[in-house]
Amino acid sequence: MHRYSFILTRPLQFLPVVFGVSLITFILVRLIPGDPARVLLGARATPTAIANIRAQYGLDEPLWLQYFYFLRNLLHGEMGTSIVYKIDVLRLIATRIEPTLALVVASVVLSILIAVPLAALAARHQGRPIDHVIRIVSTFGIGFPPFWLGLMLIILLAVTVPIFPVSGYGDTLFQKLAHLFLPALTIALSLSTVLLRSLRAAMVDWLKSDVATAARARGVPESVVFWRHVLPNSIAPSINLLAVNIGWLIGGTVVIESIFALPGMGQLLVRAIFSRDYMVVQGVAMVFACATVMVNFLADIATVAADPRVKL
Amino acid sequence: MSGAAATRRLSPTLLVGLGILGLFALAALAAPVIAPYDPIYQEATARLQPPSFAHPFGTDNFGRDILSRIIFGARVDLQMAAIGVFFPFVIGTFIGALAGFFGGLVDAVLMRLIDIILAFPFLVLMLSIIAILGPGLSSFYIAMALVGWVSYARLIRAQILVLKTADYAVAAVSLGFSKPRVLFRHLLPNAVAGSVVFCMSDAVLVLLSGAAISYLGLGVQPPTAEWGIMVAEGQAFLSQAWWITLFPGLSIVVLAFGFSLIGDALGEMMGVHE
Repeated sequence: MHRYSFILTRPLQFLPVVFGVSLITFILVRLIPGDPARVLLGARATPTAIANIRAQYGLDEPLWLQYFYFLRNLLHGEMGTSIVYKIDVLRLIATRIEPTLALVVASVVLSILIAVPLAALAARHQGRPIDHVIRIVSTFGIGFPPFWLGLMLIILLAVTVPIFPVSGYGDTLFQKLAHLFLPALTIALSLSTVLLRSLRAAMVDWLKSDVATAARARGVPESVVFWRHVLPNSIAPSINLLAVNIGWLIGGTVVIESIFALPGMGQLLVRAIFSRDYMVVQGVAMVFACATVMVNFLADIATVAADPRVKL
Repeated sequence: MSGAAATRRLSPTLLVGLGILGLFALAALAAPVIAPYDPIYQEATARLQPPSFAHPFGTDNFGRDILSRIIFGARVDLQMAAIGVFFPFVIGTFIGALAGFFGGLVDAVLMRLIDIILAFPFLVLMLSIIAILGPGLSSFYIAMALVGWVSYARLIRAQILVLKTADYAVAAVSLGFSKPRVLFRHLLPNAVAGSVVFCMSDAVLVLLSGAAISYLGLGVQPPTAEWGIMVAEGQAFLSQAWWITLFPGLSIVVLAFGFSLIGDALGEMMGVHE
């Protein structure tokens, strides 16, 4: 079999996962106590008005039929209408994807920028004080609650020294980047600690490998040994780790977006859960879950591409 | 390193980690004795006081002593970490052992279920379950048990798959020992080391999740002293009274650091790598 043939077969394994996700999402959302029609219309709604709304959104149908409609619409690329915002769920999500996607990408880029140099520094000075300092700092970093770290960064970089905006998103590219910096840094500081440990361990192994020894024997300077041989080989095992953590990260955006008032999908989800906006909760959970599956798939492809010996 | 050598010389990492955990456990147990004030007593004349000799970590907007609230909060947060790890560990170990040992249809179904649960962003699933059960600590524990077992199940299953082909396992089966006896008396004790190490990094995740859930207002309810809630309560006073937010967060960081150190040390002792 060709190395990349899993790209064709793997999506077939996604089908049961996506189906399971849709079923669990549907059941969870229906189990949340509270009637969306009542939430929408308020306490003084008449029974007729409530019945009308329930009929309009298909909430008066039997559950299995509601699920069938949900699946059928999903196949047509429809996720229903938001009860609160009164617009199509997909269009609502589309307006919220950009801040979340930008936040995730910015966090990943920042955490790589933090993790790679520090891992290299630690690995090249293995067992020396700088290595220990980096290890202790990164062990500390793992336990930073993102919501607290975000607030501390606000105190440091937005209140005490007003460099960055505290909340919101902005309109121009520059404004958006400025608004993204603190939330992305918050996530990156947590994420980079995990990456750092795995990268350092891989680099330490590769610095001792025959490849590196052979290169040194040929008279290749140490910095070239590192950039040409050690770094590329060390990255492969961290790709999957990064993918697993992006799943965490997507969930983490829920909290971070609340703190920094970023108008993304996480914020949308929290509000939808509290306002019993079934269709939106379903839609966002499905998008999140599919994104997680996709990221893992892309990571598998990247791992195979980065290391010719890996077969999936 | 052999077991005997490991116990003879405890690594400094382990000692520091155990020391931190012990300190917090002591604070939790002896909270009423060592806390200088009642954690929910509101001293009207001492609102938003910065750290001083009378209030080393300052007071909050209700005039409550932050240090005392942190000491009492240790009870809640340690309990959260312990219970939040225990049930997933037990459930996941049991399910993973069965899946790995018996294989076949049970294994296939369980693995697909794990794939589905892992496809959900963790916090999204937690939030939905807590929204169903209503806010509170018990909802958090149930949600944690429903979601957290998958990591343990995967770890144990992978170990059992390797171990069940080992000579001693084959010998036990050929001696006519019953399947449960082979699984629970022979395989499981050898498979569990990796999970015990993982418990420590899981304790960090559980602690952070529990605090995050409380921070979002879905966990422990006020006026109970809990570190996540305290961070949330300080948020409105961030620019005028940073100490309300700083110290409870630092407590989380230090306790998590303790768990991580213990996990690292255990991993090294048992030769387990994550």
